[in-house]
Amino acid sequence: MQSFSERYEAEVLNFDREQAAEHICETMRELLRSKLRKRGLVVAVSGGIDSSVSAALAVRAIGPKKCFFMQLPEVDSAEDTQSRSSQLIQHLGVESTQHNIASTLEAIGCYDARDEAIKKTFPEYTDGWKNKIVIKGGIDGQVNHFMLVVQDPSGKLQEKRLDLREYLQIVAATNYKQRIRKTIEYYHADRLNYAVVGTPNRLEYDQGFFVKNGDGSADVKPIAHLYKTQVYALAKHLGLPDSICDAIPTTDTYSLPQGQDEFYFALPYQEMDKALWAHNHGATAEELAEMLGISEDQAKFVKQDIDNKRKTTHYLHAKPYLIDPIAELDL
Amino acid sequence: MSAEAQIRNYILENYLFTDDQSALDSGDSFLDKGILDSTGILEVIYFLEDEFSIKVEDTEMVPENLDSVNNIVAFIGRKSQ
Repeated sequence: MQSFSERYEAEVLNFDREQAAEHICETMRELLRSKLRKRGLVVAVSGGIDSSVSAALAVRAIGPKKCFFMQLPEVDSAEDTQSRSSQLIQHLGVESTQHNIASTLEAIGCYDARDEAIKKTFPEYTDGWKNKIVIKGGIDGQVNHFMLVVQDPSGKLQEKRLDLREYLQIVAATNYKQRIRKTIEYYHADRLNYAVVGTPNRLEYDQGFFVKNGDGSADVKPIAHLYKTQVYALAKHLGLPDSICDAIPTTDTYSLPQGQDEFYFALPYQEMDKALWAHNHGATAEELAEMLGISEDQAKFVKQDIDNKRKTTHYLHAKPYLIDPIAELDL
Repeated sequence: MSAEAQIRNYILENYLFTDDQSALDSGDSFLDKGILDSTGILEVIYFLEDEFSIKVEDTEMVPENLDSVNNIVAFIGRKSQ
């Protein structure tokens, strides 16, 4: 019998890239035609792997003239992500706009609300300092909790556990970024009569790593069924520039560089992909431990963390609940 | 009011929206029963630190200490020794 590692390699790593791309493109065309009834697609491109592959698939599905791309940076966006998204736009030959959302975020109070919460933990925090949030607990069997990391202008790093109120305020404030971006995406979609492409990969979608009514909002999510490892493989298959194919995933939301595994997932994405796939295919903690080279206890905690995140973020996927169903709208 | 009653009332009032004591068994796992999610557990920690003047250390943030009324009562008992 094949081991889980062998099955993962056969089913996930060695998937038929051309068939996967064609299936996505045909389905997108069909959705535009029969469900969405829109004549094109808008994509916000961050320079990251997921939005780049989604954008490339949109172009492959309906052509560059029916796509519109946006770059939506703000003060905490890394420079290299912006140059990568410019490279992608040029590579795919699509009309685009750049809209810096910093002044909107400033006006709505995003940065002030975030800094107010940070100062409750580090009173000396001020202009010129950088910050990020780091998750702790999942792989150690603890309740997930959050550390605030700050860096003063001299480069000195400090870390403290965030109290719940401050953690929630920092996340709520930074969620403005995703929600303002989505507002602009829908502005362009509305004026062009296009649909909005959402760009989560399977790991993000399954584990609820998105902001409701922010990056979680879209009309079609073309890569939500693909593991992140597969998205990287598809980037190469679609011939995207090396700088994009080799990009390390970050949240690009906090001023200090922050890996997604630091903020949200228990493990780096390559291992999380394996863990999610194996968990979905009934692997025991012992089998997962062998697959990932971690202890059986850690594997048990990773499996629990996957289930807990599904439960915790279920409401992010849900439509608003009604008191009584309206049968006439069940189209 | 006993610690157990304080914790039970906090959970009943804030997460189950009832004063019906039969809605919660003191041995019920908050996570397994879907009463709390991980953010809810963090809120309980916030409540405990405020109400019982204790500091919950990172290493103590485990379900064995926090995932039921009984577990919390035993945990607070150990902390105050």
